[in-house]
Amino acid sequence: MHNFEYHRPTSVADAVQSLKGAEDGKILAGGMTLIPTLKQRLAAPSDLIDLGAIAELKGIKDEGGMITIGAATPHAMVAESEVVRRVIPALADLAEGIGDPQVRNRGTIGGSIANSDPAADYPAALVGLDATVQTDRRRIKADDFFKGLFETALEEDEIVTAVSFPKPEKACYAKFPNPASRYAMVGVMVARAGGAVRVAVTGAGPCVFRLPEMEQALSGNFSPDAIKGIEISADGLNSDIHGSAAYRAHLVSVMARRAVTDCA
Amino acid sequence: MPTVSMTVNGKAASGDAEPRTLLVHFLRETLGLTGTHVGCDTSQCGACVVHVDGKSVKSCTMLAVQANGAEVTTIEGLANGELHPMQAAFREHHGLQCGFCTPGMVMSAIDLVRHNATPSESDIREWLEGNICRCTGYHNIVKAIQAGAQAMKG
Ligand SMILES: Cc1cc2nc3c(=O)[nH]c(=O)nc-3n(C[C@H](O)[C@H](O)[C@H](O)COP(=O)(O)OP(=O)(O)OC[C@H]3O[C@@H](n4cnc5c(N)ncnc54)[C@H](O)[C@@H]3O)c2cc1C
Ligand code: FES
Ligand code: FES
Repeated sequence: MHNFEYHRPTSVADAVQSLKGAEDGKILAGGMTLIPTLKQRLAAPSDLIDLGAIAELKGIKDEGGMITIGAATPHAMVAESEVVRRVIPALADLAEGIGDPQVRNRGTIGGSIANSDPAADYPAALVGLDATVQTDRRRIKADDFFKGLFETALEEDEIVTAVSFPKPEKACYAKFPNPASRYAMVGVMVARAGGAVRVAVTGAGPCVFRLPEMEQALSGNFSPDAIKGIEISADGLNSDIHGSAAYRAHLVSVMARRAVTDCA
Repeated sequence: MPTVSMTVNGKAASGDAEPRTLLVHFLRETLGLTGTHVGCDTSQCGACVVHVDGKSVKSCTMLAVQANGAEVTTIEGLANGELHPMQAAFREHHGLQCGFCTPGMVMSAIDLVRHNATPSESDIREWLEGNICRCTGYHNIVKAIQAGAQAMKG
């Protein structure tokens, strides 16, 4: 690993200052992606700004009809949260299925979404549940946040501070984990709120995406049969040693039906 | 170079560490606590698991400076005159062969028991997602953890 300057600010404002002042600064949250990347010398930032000492970024609140999760909240805290378990059990389940216990003790929601790994779980939760990302300067709808492979709407020096989830009537997440890495080969979040249904898919494409055809079918008839006949095109889906695009396309239908079945 | 200070196995410990020094290297090389192992460079094997402020973490995926001021427990901090019940259970139930994965397995298992005092076989297998063993086939590790959990009740 190349060396860097280390900063440990205690407020978001100070973190933004440090980031702006650095030549090539990077935020360090749980480090579960960034540290392995640094070890392999795939990145060599001049400065690391650690969010670990910023109390305002950690924790879960139930207010204004939303569940708001601080950016530096580790996955384990979401999985174990009594309020998340009660109000959006699908989100607690999703957090509980990320990696392994040690990854969940360190890895954070902010780090996961800022990274926009094509196989990460949280992007499906944000898009499926119609969440809003709060940053140090603005609010971004999940639909506009994920832009592509490892690409988000965040500016260079922008920090995610929290994610707010509206409360769905029903939501379920079905994941087919890669047997080796536990990342999602395919993960599908299905959620119904106010009569509308959202279906968000992670793992299958360069980044999370929705399936309007399934959403429409499910809005009329919220049952696995309603989407049985819908063909998923393999065009543009991921193809690698773990599975072909056609295999992933098939998995998308299967996981979507499982998620709907679990909601019943 | 920054000086890093933490409480390790109940005692104050400090040393110089570059920001890029990993916690595992600080423990092994600066403090001489070589019980914590490094088995991979992809954060997947769990040989390096220690407790930081009471939670199991991969010490290969954390900077020493991030543990500044923290309470750290390593495998060396468990035995207290005699083996910790979880260590004793691994010995009793042949939960190890070469022993390379064992420190991480034991530290991870103790964190499991803190969450779940009577884990089932499937609870244990799920919890060990991040601990890889090349030798045992896990069977005796699972048995050892079940027995260790019983013994930890007192
Ligand atoms: C063995 C293993 C298994 C895993 N399995 C899964 C899995 O099954 N599913 C899954 O979804 N993930 C998985 N992960 C990834 C894990 O969920 C991490 O949480 C995630 O990689 C990044 O979160 P982090 O907090 O560790 O971020 P870091 O590694 O600290 O940072 C990641 C990136 O995000 C940026 N960043 C971090 N926080 C912010 C912020 N608040 N604002 C702006 N930018 C920010 C950083 O600069 C960096 O570029 C796994 C990781 C490992 C090591
Ligand atoms: S050395 Fe393999 S996970 Fe830490
Ligand atoms: S006993 Fe050899 S790796 Fe587990």
